[in-house]
Amino acid sequence: MSALWRSSERAAAACVRALGGPAAKWLSRIVGFSMCASVKYGSRGPALIPRMKTKHRVYYIALFSVVLLGLIATGAFQFWPHSIESAAEWSVDRRSVHDAPLVRLPANSPIPERGDLSCRMHTCFNVYSCGYNPKNRIKVYIYPLQRYVDELGTPISSTGLSREYNELLSAISDSDFYTDDVSRACLLVPSIDVLNQNSLRVRETAQALAMLPRWDRGTNHLLFNMLPGGPPDYNTALDVPRDKALLAGGGFSTWTYRQGYDVSIPVYSPLSAEVDLPERPPGPRRYFILSSQTALHREYRGELERLKEENGEAVLLLDKCSNLSQGAVSSRKRCYKSQVFDYPQILQESSFCVVLRGARLGQAILSDVLQAGCVPVILADSYILPFSEVLDWKRASVVIPEDKLPEIYTILKGIPHRQVEEMQRQARWFWDAYFRSMKAIGLTTLQIINDRIYPYAARSYEQWNNPPVVQWSSVNSPLFLPLIPPRSPGFTAVVLTYDRVESLFRVITEISKVPSLAKLLVVWNNQNKSPPEESLWPKINVPLKVVRTKENKLSNRFFPYDEIETEAVLAIDDDIIMLTSDELQFGYEVWREFPDRLVGYPGRLHLWDHEMGKWKYESEWTNEVSMVLTGAAFYHKYFNYLYTYKMPGDIKNWVDAHMNCEDIAMNFLVANITGKAPIKVTPRKKFKCPECTAIDGLSLDQTHMVERSECINKFASVFGTMPLKVVEHRADPVLYKDDFPEKLKSFPNIGSL
Amino acid sequence: MRAAGPMQAKKRYLMLMLLSSGACFVLLLCFGGDPAARQGRVNRRAVRGSPRGGRPRDRAQPWPRFSDPLQRFAPAAPAGDRLETEEEEERSRRRHAQPDGDASAGARCSMDSCFDFSACARSRSGFKVYVYPRHKGEKISESYQNVLSAIEGSRFYTADPAEACLFVLSLDTLDRDQLSPQYVHNLKTKVQSQPLWNGGRNHLVFNLYSGTWPDYAEDLGFDAGRAMVAKASVGTEKFRPNFDVSIPLFSREHPRTGGERGSLRCNTIPPFRKYTLVFKGKRYLTGIGSDTRNALYHIHNAEDMVLLTTCKHGKDWQRHKDERCDWDNAEYDRYDYKEMLHNSTFCLVPRGRRLGSFRFLEALQAACIPVVLSNGWELPFSEIMDWNMAAVIGDERLLLQIPSIVRTIRPEKILALRQQTQFLWEAYFSSVEKIVLTTLEIVRDRVLRHASRSSLMWNRLPGGLFALPQYSTYLGDFPFYYAQLGTRPERRFTAVIHVVTPLVSQSQPILKLLAAVSRSQYCAQILILWNCNRPLPPKHRWPPTAVPVTVLEGHGKVMSSRFLPYDTIATDAVLSLDEDTVLSTTEVDFAFTVWLSFPERIVGYPARSHYWDANKERWGYTSKWTNDYSMVLTGAALYHKYYHYLYTHYLPASLKSMVDQLVNCEDILMNFLVSAVTRLPPIKVTQKKQYKETMMGQTSRASRWADPDHFAQRQTCMNKFAGWFGSMPLVHSQMRLDPVLFKDQVSILRKKYRDIERP
Repeated sequence: MSALWRSSERAAAACVRALGGPAAKWLSRIVGFSMCASVKYGSRGPALIPRMKTKHRVYYIALFSVVLLGLIATGAFQFWPHSIESAAEWSVDRRSVHDAPLVRLPANSPIPERGDLSCRMHTCFNVYSCGYNPKNRIKVYIYPLQRYVDELGTPISSTGLSREYNELLSAISDSDFYTDDVSRACLLVPSIDVLNQNSLRVRETAQALAMLPRWDRGTNHLLFNMLPGGPPDYNTALDVPRDKALLAGGGFSTWTYRQGYDVSIPVYSPLSAEVDLPERPPGPRRYFILSSQTALHREYRGELERLKEENGEAVLLLDKCSNLSQGAVSSRKRCYKSQVFDYPQILQESSFCVVLRGARLGQAILSDVLQAGCVPVILADSYILPFSEVLDWKRASVVIPEDKLPEIYTILKGIPHRQVEEMQRQARWFWDAYFRSMKAIGLTTLQIINDRIYPYAARSYEQWNNPPVVQWSSVNSPLFLPLIPPRSPGFTAVVLTYDRVESLFRVITEISKVPSLAKLLVVWNNQNKSPPEESLWPKINVPLKVVRTKENKLSNRFFPYDEIETEAVLAIDDDIIMLTSDELQFGYEVWREFPDRLVGYPGRLHLWDHEMGKWKYESEWTNEVSMVLTGAAFYHKYFNYLYTYKMPGDIKNWVDAHMNCEDIAMNFLVANITGKAPIKVTPRKKFKCPECTAIDGLSLDQTHMVERSECINKFASVFGTMPLKVVEHRADPVLYKDDFPEKLKSFPNIGSL
Repeated sequence: MRAAGPMQAKKRYLMLMLLSSGACFVLLLCFGGDPAARQGRVNRRAVRGSPRGGRPRDRAQPWPRFSDPLQRFAPAAPAGDRLETEEEEERSRRRHAQPDGDASAGARCSMDSCFDFSACARSRSGFKVYVYPRHKGEKISESYQNVLSAIEGSRFYTADPAEACLFVLSLDTLDRDQLSPQYVHNLKTKVQSQPLWNGGRNHLVFNLYSGTWPDYAEDLGFDAGRAMVAKASVGTEKFRPNFDVSIPLFSREHPRTGGERGSLRCNTIPPFRKYTLVFKGKRYLTGIGSDTRNALYHIHNAEDMVLLTTCKHGKDWQRHKDERCDWDNAEYDRYDYKEMLHNSTFCLVPRGRRLGSFRFLEALQAACIPVVLSNGWELPFSEIMDWNMAAVIGDERLLLQIPSIVRTIRPEKILALRQQTQFLWEAYFSSVEKIVLTTLEIVRDRVLRHASRSSLMWNRLPGGLFALPQYSTYLGDFPFYYAQLGTRPERRFTAVIHVVTPLVSQSQPILKLLAAVSRSQYCAQILILWNCNRPLPPKHRWPPTAVPVTVLEGHGKVMSSRFLPYDTIATDAVLSLDEDTVLSTTEVDFAFTVWLSFPERIVGYPARSHYWDANKERWGYTSKWTNDYSMVLTGAALYHKYYHYLYTHYLPASLKSMVDQLVNCEDILMNFLVSAVTRLPPIKVTQKKQYKETMMGQTSRASRWADPDHFAQRQTCMNKFAGWFGSMPLVHSQMRLDPVLFKDQVSILRKKYRDIERP
């Protein structure tokens, strides 16, 4: 009952979110419950309701409706006034920060310890509060906003809650990391804004942190800071004593960064929101190197100027403008001598953009540079790059020691063009996904911590680093290890049959001659007729199993039966009697060399029909192959598993409904997941091909071709792409047709018609 | 159907109950209300009533939407922080360089502060390693001997300390456990007295064991100072990220080169093995590292989770024994470690006294996915290796969750994890040499950071030791990553023709070859490598061709020069040709379309095979017509340009000079190399005429093929090469790729590559 109750609540909660009000909440609780009850019915319905006597059914339904209506009415009357009131409160969504409760910090209020440099997840983080959950997702709690003042009433921060921190907290609050229940929280985020250390009073801020009700020496608390340190020292981590709290910091150096504990985050650039820079396709740019930072150390500027002298036009060295016309925003202009350039637009005109350290290591300009799709050249020794725990910066940036600044031109010239283009694309993608807003920065930080707590469910390198266009086109074969499986386990032949017993027996007898056959599995797809008695079956040397199916479906042939114990499966129709034992054995040998491909006998091709503007199926004598028919093909059992459980869209049902094209679907599936073409083995022979069975006239044949073409078009649209790969080769034995004594050949009987 | 009667009645009652209880619930809800929700409502009111009521509550509102104009977190200055004063300006430059001579400086070392990069600029390659000469009478363990010889055999080795960028001590630092017989005494003074020690700057110290009973503190017994420490079982607190290197713990028996292959032979589906999770090892009753092992019995179920411990170890185990010991010991003896290792999906790798254990590598090799329970262990090569792809990293504190975690891992994930264990084992761990080379490559990547490997190059086949970033940092320039990038190789090739005889007549085979190759639609350029001792023929002697022809004088006129990575080669694919090769345009075209499908392999025409000669206990070479092959001759073969680079820069000088001296075996060496990288056989494609076999005897010149020593040499080469690679990388194939309609009974006009079958 409790499970039932929870699910009804969840349904109700979903409704509430949709309707957005307590009135709806109550209503939906009720509806949700009844809905749930009927769902419960639904699962048993067909078995239960029709068998009930009609009289009783009417009675129950009537009773239930009356109760339900009554309840709704009562609920409505009882809670109507409250509901209106609450709804009003919900609609007045906008509040003022000045309404937040004021907290006065006593002067002697305790201060947390300084950050402990030896903190790691297993020492300072309380993992018990995160717990095990099936979603593998941490829960994050945000403290309600409070305004802290010292004893004299002076606020502890000059900005209070900043726009950026507010955005960050809203984003967390809207995400599914958020929980409003502090007792369920794994991570706690204070609402005390410490993004910029310069705008806060360090000691008082620390006191405020220590006053947080669940502070507990900062355990599981996460602080966000982008501008750490302050004059004159500019420490690379927030100076506010914070004990065990995790720090998401924007300018870590190797000395302050606790690897695996802190998170290095970018310094947010406000230009991200202000300026819309459309993505430029990767390629060469007008300038090779651009420096646009205004506050550069004179030594660096000197070195850059020397670089400019040596390389002329290729290097553009900008500085702030000294005499701008009135009204121009100085932060949006840069100058070279008297030339004025728009910033950040000018960044798009260069292949590489220099990001030098300032007083701090983390620079907001990094974000601008990435946004412009310019490859950052980062010169900031010991700087921990943003999100370096998961992002592969080597594919998006060039990191050069500060001492090598004079050599950057030579170093950058050594980078291959295509690499530069990839970096440009990658740079923009990093900005898009992880830099563009406070929301992106905040949620990425949480995801990184989430990955640490549930490492076995962590996002993969590809998920973090591949831009969508690469995600889409790249393939990572599930059978990626180059293994040539041993011959000995052999293969399992799976024969799909309906009622052609005679032909089936011939096929069985033929296949049983193949040396590497390990087992024969007959999939009996005829529900109206039992398979012949055991005594009638051909006597063969390997185990023979008959599986009776519940429904006559084509997908039964690709089911990953437990009876298939070998890796290799030979799918074969019950009328393929013309393949010789040598041909089959050779097919198995070829499959061993290509266990991740379909290895089959009759080959087929897909073509683009320019007139019709769609794909066409071709079975004529072609010089190319992009599919092999599964009427006779070897493949890995894993593909059975994929076909049955991972086939995209409705393809599986569609195939079963149309009783056709299961082989094309299999070819699509394998090509899509491996990115590889099938292998056709041995010469063409006269197949009483599966698609020709029961087809006599030309017209029928044409219908068949039209159907098969339709399949290809249907599948291509479901896959969203045409995964099939065309090749011009087939596999033959090494000595096939060579002038060599036949009896010395391993596979002499190949290609007989 | 009548039999179902009582059932139905039952169901009816059930439904009635369901309904009425449902109704009750709804009523309860309406009148009683959900206490939590009620409270929430009350709280909300309370907040509204007294906004200053800062009393902590258990449930909070979602973050509100504020209507106030909020300030920015930072002033909108052009740069994040302006430099206003001279003082600040000073600080913005290399403030973080640490003062020299600070004794504790070593503890917080990073490459920027403790490593002298300028030392690496002294040699052209930018990264050379020097090993101190070994002193007589200094005892060195076998393992350390292996480490040193691996470095000396690597291409980074230099005997000249002046051009070295990294220094390795000849003092055995592997075992720093004072109770160990291998322990070297007085290491402190010995190290300090090393002439080039310089506080450890630019040194790399290898260590497997440090500290000892009872606290096993990671103490080397000497001050490594600014030296990088490549250490096993290292804890995250002591580990200096991007400075130290975490290496795996390996046993004394770990082979120096080659090493055993991973034990995975096939990818079975479903991937589950007999056991789900196993462990068999010592249980420490007290002291450091005992907690987890003492608790393992909680998750043992003697069925699919078999976690066995024994108390029987050490001299006085009886003294510490607890009430579970006897039962544990009995259960322990019932199972065989090796059997469990190979028949389990997951292997628990808990910490022992130290953080790492041999078990980790054993599990990796056995394709048993390691479930690491060792809090604070910096996993081996963590800097570059994505262990989430090959292992499950657990938390000792959550031991009891481990069974449910491993049970929820999906079959496809298990398949991937398992394959990755095999890849990592074979690429980085199977021999001391690989472990050492990986360590050196990691340091090299830090030194030459702008030309370093991306994470993908480390964690995807064929691995970082075969993907050299000096060649290119662009993944698309390698033959391995087309699928990952979603790209394809370029549809053009460069023909490189190796010439050793002077050009005298217009009927020489090379001229026909030139014409045939240049007519290929995929041919972008032809490179003639003039390795003949006569001067270059004048330009007009070469026939006019549709593609550009470049003539290059061979470097030193040696065999290896045919595999130099010439900058002139502008395409991904190289068609390597001997001057006497007979090929038609059609054959070239077809072979190239095949190569496009297998860009990481050699695709060629004439093939050769190897076999194990059991009588002579060595590898044999055969050029006879056989039903399988494992090499294709590079006198006519297509492969990726990258293999030129690997041949020249990866292979040791000893093998290349052997080839040069014999003027033979270069093709065998190339096949060894490519198969070692891909672990796959080359691909033979069909060809009209029988190459070489027919050529032999026809040519009047002193062909190297006619030399009787030639064959014997090749046999010797094979064995020498296999020795260097540590194992036999060649793999047999039984198939040849032909055009789809090859010799089919169909009109020849229908065939695209019809010339191949014309007599």
